[in-house]
Amino acid sequence: MKASKRKINLGSRISIVVLLVFVGWSCKSTEATTSTATASNSSEKAKLEELYWAKIDSSRMNFIQADVDFMTGMIGHHAQALIMSDLAPKNGANAQVQTLASRIINAQKDEIAAMQKWLRDRKQPVPEVHIDGLNLMIHGAGGDHSDHMSMAGMLTQEQLTELSEAKNENFDKLFLKYMIQHHSGALTMVNKLINTDGAVQDEEAFKLSADINVDQITEIERMKLMLSELSSKDEVE
Amino acid sequence: MKKTSTTIKGASKHFWVLLLMAALIVTYSCSSASKMIDLPYSSPAVTQLDNVMAPSPDPRVGLKAGLFDAGEATWNLEVLSATPPPKDFLGVTNSDLAFKGKYAIQGNYNGVIIWDISNPAEPKVVREYICPASQSDVSVYENLMFVSGEGSSGRLDCGTEGVDKAVSKDRLRGIRIFDITDIENPKYISNVQTCRGSHTHSVLKDPSDDENVYVYVSGSAGVRPEEELPGCSAAQPEEDPNSALFRIEVIKVPLANPEMAKIVSSPRIFENLDAPPRHGMSPADYPALEAAKKNGAFIVDFNGQETVLPDSYAKQMLSGIVAKRGGTGEPTAADSVQLREELPGIIAAMFGGGEDGKEPARKGPTQCHDITLYPEIGLAGGACEGYGLLLDISNPANPVRIDAVADSNFSYWHSATFNNEGNKVIFTDEWGGGGQPKCREGDPMEWGANAIFTIEDGKMKFEEYYKMPAPQTTEENCVAHNGSMIPVPGRDIMVQAWYQGGISIFDWTDVNNPVEIAFHDRGPVAADRMQMGGSWSVYWYNGSIVSSEIARGLDIFDLTPSPYLTENEIAAAKSIELTYLNAQGQPKFEWPTTFALARAYTDQLAREEGLAAGSVDVVRQGLVNAENASPSVRKKVLTKLADTVESYAGNSNNATKVKMLADTVRELGSKP
Repeated sequence: MKASKRKINLGSRISIVVLLVFVGWSCKSTEATTSTATASNSSEKAKLEELYWAKIDSSRMNFIQADVDFMTGMIGHHAQALIMSDLAPKNGANAQVQTLASRIINAQKDEIAAMQKWLRDRKQPVPEVHIDGLNLMIHGAGGDHSDHMSMAGMLTQEQLTELSEAKNENFDKLFLKYMIQHHSGALTMVNKLINTDGAVQDEEAFKLSADINVDQITEIERMKLMLSELSSKDEVE
Repeated sequence: MKKTSTTIKGASKHFWVLLLMAALIVTYSCSSASKMIDLPYSSPAVTQLDNVMAPSPDPRVGLKAGLFDAGEATWNLEVLSATPPPKDFLGVTNSDLAFKGKYAIQGNYNGVIIWDISNPAEPKVVREYICPASQSDVSVYENLMFVSGEGSSGRLDCGTEGVDKAVSKDRLRGIRIFDITDIENPKYISNVQTCRGSHTHSVLKDPSDDENVYVYVSGSAGVRPEEELPGCSAAQPEEDPNSALFRIEVIKVPLANPEMAKIVSSPRIFENLDAPPRHGMSPADYPALEAAKKNGAFIVDFNGQETVLPDSYAKQMLSGIVAKRGGTGEPTAADSVQLREELPGIIAAMFGGGEDGKEPARKGPTQCHDITLYPEIGLAGGACEGYGLLLDISNPANPVRIDAVADSNFSYWHSATFNNEGNKVIFTDEWGGGGQPKCREGDPMEWGANAIFTIEDGKMKFEEYYKMPAPQTTEENCVAHNGSMIPVPGRDIMVQAWYQGGISIFDWTDVNNPVEIAFHDRGPVAADRMQMGGSWSVYWYNGSIVSSEIARGLDIFDLTPSPYLTENEIAAAKSIELTYLNAQGQPKFEWPTTFALARAYTDQLAREEGLAAGSVDVVRQGLVNAENASPSVRKKVLTKLADTVESYAGNSNNATKVKMLADTVRELGSKP
């Protein structure tokens, strides 16, 4: 029998009284079911919370160097997407491309923060990103500039300059072309990771890499579509 | 306008009521043959949804952080229970829910937790089944339970040690099948391995096939190496026709021999998505189009959407017209008029009506995230990467795409929910995958939101977005996620999980004005870091609202009556009893004929002013009198009342609902 937990107003109480009189309807009172949210007492909860954090801590020990390298690399990779996307408003991108660029900025900034957190939680060196115009500097993770520039899909400094000088529709096309290249590189990195023995056993690492994988596949498809729309417009001209 | 109930103040209510009844009995003179007294009735307060008074300031803002002692904000809901997970599952992600009888089955990345929820105030764990795999998406059908495995660490033997090789015969990525004849002791009977694992899955019971069920598998992770699972290929389909990309998997499960379950088809439901589909402009785009129209821009219909013809093309075409008439110089007003007339023809000629494949054939998305099956209407909603698909599932092994939409806000389509009638669908944009804080003050309300569509003749039309409105902190992962319809007759009301954005209940009967009418939220799991938590999924099941809390366990809620959802409407919703529920296999609700149903419609007609106040009173009076009368009198009263209600339909702004009320009253009268 289901308990009734309504705050009964006076009008309905009268109906209930009437119903009780006429058909003997039974109804549990409100008070019977309100105090259960605090079933466990606070010291039990404190113990559970302690156990929760202990388990979270130990779950963070299940990683290998390939996971660390992936996170470290992907932070730099994402950072270049920020540089590219920052150009969109200044270089006269169309509304669609600007929406896409702001979505990329929002998404990849958050993912950078998530990957930094992942590394920090595992007591690994955390790369910090510094962007100065078209120049990307990564501090705090060892390696040098050429490390992150050699990752799959990364634009060369010449390509970045070319993009920064393109305007309006030329910018749109070049941006889409280069971002497809850039995103595809991220997919290559994910693919390499999941084909590494012992990698992505950590659930957070699996989730991060799988989310990057599917988000960027989705965006690539969308960008291809946008690019083909732009090209078909050209045929009209 | 806010309407309030007629209430009688006074301490000695019982006495008062009896006195009133006695007085009624004495003074009532009945015109009909049967002796009838007018009993007192209640008129619940009702308020139209464009006048909803949400608590202000929003109490969801600024809640204290904490795992089990976070600050809470609740509106029009009551928390019946909040139960932490069993210790072996604590600290491991709780995921989706399925229901069977009095049990809730909760997936967890460590296995499955089975709860007895017959007392929603005190749910009890009856079985903890350790068998790790993400995401442990769960479904049931009769004596079978299906569990998804996608992550790299899932093992065939349910071991907890993970799999330390990239290629391993111990790995399970796909569907696990359990016999739950004795639900408290599930037996692991079989697996179906798939190339991309199973992120989620959906169980389809074909109304015309009692021997099998079908499981549609969605997997969004990478393709397994061929050495691990023969036949798996991550190549593009043009290189390898057997590519695991660009398809879904359909598993056929013979109910008599579930261990014989196997993949029977891999429909490529995405192929030839060549007309760039889109749901049209977002509301923000309209002002720009209107402004362009005002300025006299040329508007063309491009793929069914109004688009401004760029100036350069317009100029070129105008010069063409000038040249054709043998003129020179600037085009005249007459040339403009001519261009406006000819433009549709020119566009059609240029793009050949879009049929002949000028563009390279597009392969569309590589996978779906969630597919929601609605067998009673023969449709499924596929949330497939950049597309929302509408599928015809009348042949379960071979779903056919009948429409596709994409979104100018670049959403990543994750799940679908139909309304009960099946003429509307909500797609969610689980932007960032659920692990990111997408409900901050500055995050656009169109991103990470729901997109609402109407469905007409198999085509979807975008109407509006809905996003849980309370801004959340950067420590709270928040985005649109799983939910279900609440079976309130006559309205489309959904309860939905927003991770750490809590639970939002909203009415989307008017697709252009979705309105929140209830919520629950907690502060962040941790004050100083983003720690995964919040409601993964929340579903209505037999009167309770059950939520799987990623970090905190199982929450159960009850709806509290409000002017936006009355006690009668809630009672009518509670009259629906399901024997099981997989939210991704949507059931069609058919309400039993009850007084609660009639009163729910009456409250709605009062709220929507579909009946005059006096007529509403007549209906309420008739219903209470009938409910308490002898069967023969009841029949007469109700038949007469049904006639009366029907006569109101002509003057109503909602004749359909008046008719529904009349039919309900008439059916009530014909009940023995």
